[in-house]
Amino acid sequence: MFKLSPKLSQKIFYTLLAISTAIVIVPVLLIVFIIIKNGWSAISWEFLTTMPTDGMRAGGILPAILGTLSIVACAICITLPVGVCAAIYLNEYAKDNMLTRIIKLAIVNLAGVPSVVYGLFGLGIFVMLLGFGVSIIAGALTLSIMELPVIITTARGALNSVPYAFREASWSLGVSKWQTIRRVVLPNALPGIMTGAILSISRISGETAPILFTAAAFYVPHLPQSMFDQVMALPYHLYIISTQIPNMPKNIIFGTALVLLMMVLSMSLFAIIARLYFRKKRKW
Amino acid sequence: MDDIKIRIKNLNLYYTNFHAIKDVSMNIRANKITALIGPSGCGKSTLLRTLNRINDTIDGVRITGEVIINGKNIYGEDMQVDRVRKEVGMVFQRPNPFPLSIYNNIAFGLEINRLVKTRKETDKIVQESLEDVQLWDDLKNKLKMSAIHLSLEQQQRLCVARVIAIKPQIILLDEPCSSLDPKSTTNLEELMQEMKQKYTMVIVTHNMQQAARLSDDTGYMYMGNLIEFDRTSTIFTNPSKKETDDYVSGRFG
Repeated sequence: MFKLSPKLSQKIFYTLLAISTAIVIVPVLLIVFIIIKNGWSAISWEFLTTMPTDGMRAGGILPAILGTLSIVACAICITLPVGVCAAIYLNEYAKDNMLTRIIKLAIVNLAGVPSVVYGLFGLGIFVMLLGFGVSIIAGALTLSIMELPVIITTARGALNSVPYAFREASWSLGVSKWQTIRRVVLPNALPGIMTGAILSISRISGETAPILFTAAAFYVPHLPQSMFDQVMALPYHLYIISTQIPNMPKNIIFGTALVLLMMVLSMSLFAIIARLYFRKKRKW
Repeated sequence: MDDIKIRIKNLNLYYTNFHAIKDVSMNIRANKITALIGPSGCGKSTLLRTLNRINDTIDGVRITGEVIINGKNIYGEDMQVDRVRKEVGMVFQRPNPFPLSIYNNIAFGLEINRLVKTRKETDKIVQESLEDVQLWDDLKNKLKMSAIHLSLEQQQRLCVARVIAIKPQIILLDEPCSSLDPKSTTNLEELMQEMKQKYTMVIVTHNMQQAARLSDDTGYMYMGNLIEFDRTSTIFTNPSKKETDDYVSGRFG
């Protein structure tokens, strides 16, 4: 064994750490660059607002965009209220006992379940047992269950960051526990809950496996009419046109990927800006 | 005979297995300032917090005994905890105004407790409360400003104003001056002396001089026991227990 001088080992490890950090950025930039380079030529107003034609080899991707938007909107409308209520219960009411610990363990484990398993679960429960069929609502329910642990965890974090002193101050004025939550805790936790929700929306927009068996269709010749319709969805559509259709123009594949990427990134960006804004405005 | 506002009878408090308050009984006189002193961890803050049941919110707390206010045991079965806290206000160690405007900090308790019907009534009580704590002249043109931007002394005064706005009978103060500078401390003590006419006050303090100059009665606590409770002058000049003498004369603690 030889010993490095402190100065040299300092340099070596600094370089190592810096390189590791740089490695994180490279794939992000590459992905964005490659997709824009290959897909930019496909993007047009028409591409975003018309139906696909010629066996999906031409035309637009409007039904896939609308399909994804409707599944995601439904999913967040289900998961956000349930998740926030559960978070309020766990953070404000639950005593530290066996039951609470089991619930918390369940939430952690729910977050670790592979997404394709959620897809099969949704197929079994929502599509078949409850008879929703392959539909927007079945896909949305599946996604909402998958996203529930994330919503609960971020909402709990937001509630927890509201200082305990605010609660005590409110209680000591004769304000009930529920009124304290509604009037003091929730308003101060809302920015955190909302940014968490936006990040969840961006995350579930790109999910493929959970909607594979529950909502997504290979091709639907019309736009979604009701909650019980099958729809096309961007991530699944992307999979199909990349692998299942011969002679698919490359720029349409990358153009579709670009639209999906922009949807997801713009929502993440929005969440980051919102968080910065609220952090600056935060008063304690 | 003096009016007794709070009768504490054989009060015990346990944090899970830790016996934090041991069989404490004491009578707190109306319209007087009662100080609780003792070394850190002796249970004085915990005792204070049993008087408005704000310990209830902590997991694993168990309480036996009685705290009788206006003839009723606040730990009795038919007692509503929110009612108790409306009658027994509290000012905390660190000023904790809500992140709202000065006006809304006071209006909050009024509106939730439905003590006001019109905006005009709210305006009036906000003004009275701020006058009572001598903030009105400084802040009457800044009522919309966030309370977070006030100085610590002003924040603590606002916290007092917030409590007196809902007109409690008793005010508990948990080391209210510990984050204030000496000048602010003196100002707040003067305020407390004036408030005595209207309210019964119980104050926990680390500062023995403060207890000596401010309070009428003083209780010395050690390891969960109320060692001695008497007139402040007696406690500081002629205590009957040796432990009390050791503590107030600075030989211990």
